[in-house]
Amino acid sequence: MSTRTAAKAAPWAVANTVVVLVALVPVLWLASLSFKDPSTIGDGSFLPREWTLDNYRGIFQTSLFTRALVNSIGIAVIATVLAVAVGSMAAYAVARLRFPGKRVLVAVTLLIAMFPAISLVSPLFNLWRQLGLFDTWPGLIIPYLTFSLPLAIYTLSAFFREIPWELERAAQVDGATPFQAFRQVIAPLAAPGMVTTAILVFIFCWTDFVYAISLTSTSNSQTVPAAIAFFSGASQFQTPIGSIAAAGVVITIPIILFVFFFQRRIVSGLTSGAVKG
Amino acid sequence: MTTQPGATSVAQAPPRPQIRAGRRAKAPLSEGARAERRLGWLLCAPAVALMVAVTAYPIGYAIWLSLQRYDLRFPAQRQFVGLANYATVLGNRLWWTAFGVTLFITVVSVAVELVLGMGLAMIMRWALVGRGAVRTAILVPYGIVTVVAAYSWQYAWTPGTGYLANLLPSGGAPLTEQWPAIFIIIGAEIWKTTPFMALLLLAGLSLVPEELLRAAKVDGASGWQRFTQVILPLMKPAILVALLFRILDAFRIFDNIFILTAGANNTRSVSILGYDNLFTALNLGVGSTISVLVFVAVAVIAFVFVKGFGAAAPGQEVDRR
Repeated sequence: MSTRTAAKAAPWAVANTVVVLVALVPVLWLASLSFKDPSTIGDGSFLPREWTLDNYRGIFQTSLFTRALVNSIGIAVIATVLAVAVGSMAAYAVARLRFPGKRVLVAVTLLIAMFPAISLVSPLFNLWRQLGLFDTWPGLIIPYLTFSLPLAIYTLSAFFREIPWELERAAQVDGATPFQAFRQVIAPLAAPGMVTTAILVFIFCWTDFVYAISLTSTSNSQTVPAAIAFFSGASQFQTPIGSIAAAGVVITIPIILFVFFFQRRIVSGLTSGAVKG
Repeated sequence: MTTQPGATSVAQAPPRPQIRAGRRAKAPLSEGARAERRLGWLLCAPAVALMVAVTAYPIGYAIWLSLQRYDLRFPAQRQFVGLANYATVLGNRLWWTAFGVTLFITVVSVAVELVLGMGLAMIMRWALVGRGAVRTAILVPYGIVTVVAAYSWQYAWTPGTGYLANLLPSGGAPLTEQWPAIFIIIGAEIWKTTPFMALLLLAGLSLVPEELLRAAKVDGASGWQRFTQVILPLMKPAILVALLFRILDAFRIFDNIFILTAGANNTRSVSILGYDNLFTALNLGVGSTISVLVFVAVAVIAFVFVKGFGAAAPGQEVDRR
């Protein structure tokens, strides 16, 4: 790591290039579709022959998309924060404390992660209507939080269990309460796990289609993936691929920003020098 | 408050109180152990309450429906039929075709993703140049709404409108043939979800101390030896979590197939089959039966997995070094 010679960097540069190409060529295709004129959108050319911003103008013309964007951001951020908080608490207990019922908890958590979503939405729809949660922010935040908890608990507990016990014991000897020990010793060390979890949960909420389409009906709470389903094409039987692509590009930008700002934290936690040996 | 090590260091409690709870129940719990129990329950309470509140009724309802003949087109004929729906589904060729297709997609895509994901995780951790950019680029495919990405793949593979189809010898319409379509689905799935695998593996990889690797190198271990004997054992819990959740997700694959082929030409996954029965045929009984069967299949996979991984599974007692 110390000598950054060109010879050492070259293989990485090659690997990076290959990876970035494979990851991004399909994204460029999506972007290209979004810039294509309706008359040439079906021409099969990788790059647009006629560039146009009409698709973008189209989706921003009505409030359908912009309202959905606000809903998406609000719902995903709240659900992510809650999932990491609630998930960390449970994961800490699972990884480091002894208490009866733990195995049941771990097993049931996994069972919940396994039920096919398509069969859960109809009963949830009925339940939400009765509780007045249908088409509200909490109506989506609650299921997102619930269905991201299994992954959050599993990922985070894998992290918590790797943190050396001496540190926690040392904190306790120094007079810290368990909560202080958690907040000041464990949580910073588990930061990479928390960031990883946050990214995964955020993306899950951001891209979910099945719950969004079933549990919302108006711009009160409709998220972007659900709103896209209401885009109309030139005719009823035509997929409005240009608008879909434009919306797809717009809603990918926040993900890129989110990941770009948080990716630094993924690895920095444990390698920042708190733990030696 | 100051504590002498003996009182709080629950570490010195008997090694595995939980498994032998029956035998140890008579011995009075120490104050520390009781406090630990309370804290454990307290910390898990919000998560448990949420999960139970949101999922108990829907899952119970689906199981209840699977035991009935209930077709929304003939609501008058609703009737409790016990396990008859299960016999119907399990005796049907469509189910087994969908099951085979799903299993094939799951095995191929997860196996490829594990290898690619491991490579990507290493790039994300150790790349000497452009690390931030490459990490972000790697994660972009996962952040694209699956339905949108699937539309763009469909467009790309449709003759005339797509750059990929135009690369094929003319006349080929890969999405209309079973095997080519399945491989396109697998390709779209791998492209989309490898970042998920890579991120979870990176999380595990970041637990491998740099010092340890350097020490192994000084001791003369080759790159491969360092990988198999230092990195892999330490990453075992992360690999378990990554594989488990990817398999669970892959087995329930829906969005990609729904857009790419809608299940035509025998490319249905079990989730698509369930959807067709629930929402197209409106046969709630049979549709719910399929959901429950998917659930059982996934539960079996998960069980085998967790058993296979043994002590690396979450919730297993760790020795408190």
